[in-house]
Amino acid sequence: MNIIIPIKQVPETSDVKMDKETGTMIREGVVSIINPLDLYAIEAGLLLKEQHGGSVTVCTMGPPAAAKALKEAIAMGCDEAVLFTDKRFAGADTWATSYTLAAAIKQVGAFDLIITGERATDGDTGQVGPGIAAWLNLPLATYVSRIESLNAGRIVVERLVEEGYQALDLPLPALLTVVKAVSSPRLPTLRGKKKARAYNLRTLAAVDLPVEDAKIGLKGSPTKVVKIDYPKVTRGGVMVKAVGEEGLNNAVDSLLDFLKDKKLV
Amino acid sequence: MSYVWTLAEQSHGRLRDVSFELLSRGRILADKLDTKLCSLLLSSGLADETLRELIHRGADEVYMVDDPRLDKFVVETHSNVLADLVRRYKPHTILAAATSTGRTLMPHVAIKVTAGLTADCTELDIEEGTRLLLQTRPAIGGNIMATIKSPHHWPQMATVRPKSSRPLALDTTRVGNITRIAMQDVHHDARVKVLGLRPYEEGLAGIEEADVVVAGGKGMKKADNFSMLRDLAKQLGGVIGGTRDAVDRGWLSYPHQIGLSGKTISPKLYMCAGVSGSIQHLAGIKTSEYIVAINQDPDANIFQVADFGIVGNLFEVVPLINAKLEAYKKEDK
Ligand SMILES: Cc1cc2nc3c(=O)[nH]c(=O)nc-3n(C[C@H](O)[C@H](O)[C@H](O)COP(=O)(O)OP(=O)(O)OC[C@H]3O[C@@H](n4cnc5c(N)ncnc54)[C@H](O)[C@@H]3O)c2cc1C
Repeated sequence: MNIIIPIKQVPETSDVKMDKETGTMIREGVVSIINPLDLYAIEAGLLLKEQHGGSVTVCTMGPPAAAKALKEAIAMGCDEAVLFTDKRFAGADTWATSYTLAAAIKQVGAFDLIITGERATDGDTGQVGPGIAAWLNLPLATYVSRIESLNAGRIVVERLVEEGYQALDLPLPALLTVVKAVSSPRLPTLRGKKKARAYNLRTLAAVDLPVEDAKIGLKGSPTKVVKIDYPKVTRGGVMVKAVGEEGLNNAVDSLLDFLKDKKLV
Repeated sequence: MSYVWTLAEQSHGRLRDVSFELLSRGRILADKLDTKLCSLLLSSGLADETLRELIHRGADEVYMVDDPRLDKFVVETHSNVLADLVRRYKPHTILAAATSTGRTLMPHVAIKVTAGLTADCTELDIEEGTRLLLQTRPAIGGNIMATIKSPHHWPQMATVRPKSSRPLALDTTRVGNITRIAMQDVHHDARVKVLGLRPYEEGLAGIEEADVVVAGGKGMKKADNFSMLRDLAKQLGGVIGGTRDAVDRGWLSYPHQIGLSGKTISPKLYMCAGVSGSIQHLAGIKTSEYIVAINQDPDANIFQVADFGIVGNLFEVVPLINAKLEAYKKEDK
């Protein structure tokens, strides 16, 4: 079982605070981490490897600093890491990113399974996983919440859809995008961290990959961001205190008035 | 003249609400472009009477690719069929719902037809002069709104957040053609097999598509206490959701989780008790129309985004809301 896990480095949002004046997010001093939703993909890959043997390779397209995210994945127990980095990759949208990743993954070597997170917490699109599957013509299961079985070249998974859990049976090689319910990510071990420090990751640039210049980076991206707004998230609503019997009674009455007024009851 | 297409979805032979929500979006765009609005369904077995509701809710025409092999969603086959239709009919715009289906199918097709695609939009417009689709969406956990366009690639493609628009009122005087298209055998991809569907436990049909969501957090203290939120949800005609903490403690199953690592929702009313309002939780609720919060801590972050907040002990407040709602409904009858 050779498993490839494309990951993304994103700004950490857990320590982010809201600016009470402007009502927007304070991004200063925010550090970069592995996209938290990719951790579920990494863990799912490591579990499959433990059961079925083989190797887990993480990769990312990003700036040289994204090596840190790859090393963290090595510290968690991944075997290999490859960084696709080139100024010409910069500014890629999901179309160009999945094109580049698909070409790069083929270059990295033979694989049985690609696992990605559901989406990245910064871009929030969830389009790169399905995009890679389309480029590589791989059977695809999105929103996978459980991996049921893997044998004889097929994998059975459950995916979360609006009506329930849909069970799919896919031939390998295949691509899965996974949600949180699929696994509980392990923490890096001391031994893993040591290994990560010593690990020399492979780096590939545009010239090393079978990619057309017109399809990568900003130039290869059909979509363009034309405007960014920072919406006020604070709503400045009504606040009532429910203290004492009377206070409680009044608070709930005014809530009911609010709900009636907005035609919510 | 190239049309605006919206992708309808069905479940158990019934059209899902998102199909109609998309039509109210598409109607505005088609009118601005002075073109037709078509609703497209890839499925099988839906009668004309059922499909006609698409016309009554804004479509000028309905196209249904009708084949048992499209009955269950399998992205490979659906993508082959849709990409082929795009190549043949060259629509101006395709809108799909940002559902598990739309968010799987659209990126697959966008690669095949070399088109730009914007995910989970909450606002759409047509740029004057260029006639391009302006696609606005929340990103970075809803902390920014990005407006995106694809200047040189067609069709213009976007998925649209469920519940971010309301269906148009039913207009039974509207008429339009319903055309059935046969699926070509070459488009059938038999590699992936659908083994079945295990429905969710009762009370959770699609939290993303509910008008009212009642959520509980760590402040609920234990699983049993959610019964009061279930009562509240029932009174309001809503479903139950929760924070990551509530899910990780086993009080609710994962499909109920709202936020960064769970679902993003846009209900008419989001009401919560014992939820602090972490940045990750807010990422999932910011586009709700009304937010009501009950929390004992007056400084809780949730109050910043609330339209109505009650500072108090939820174990006193929620039962009283339930009692008063029940009394109100009785006297209303
Ligand atoms: C990568 C990442 C992803 C995450 N994804 C998500 C996600 O998808 N969804 C999510 O929700 N969180 C997510 N989190 C977790 C998030 O950071 C918070 O820990 C979580 O949202 C807090 O849940 P809570 O509000 O239930 O609990 P708490 O923050 O502990 O809040 C409990 C609240 O209950 C109130 N309370 C207690 N008792 C009472 C009472 N008797 N009456 C009234 N009020 C009371 C308290 O005042 C408090 O405000 C994520 C975190 C990370 C790092």
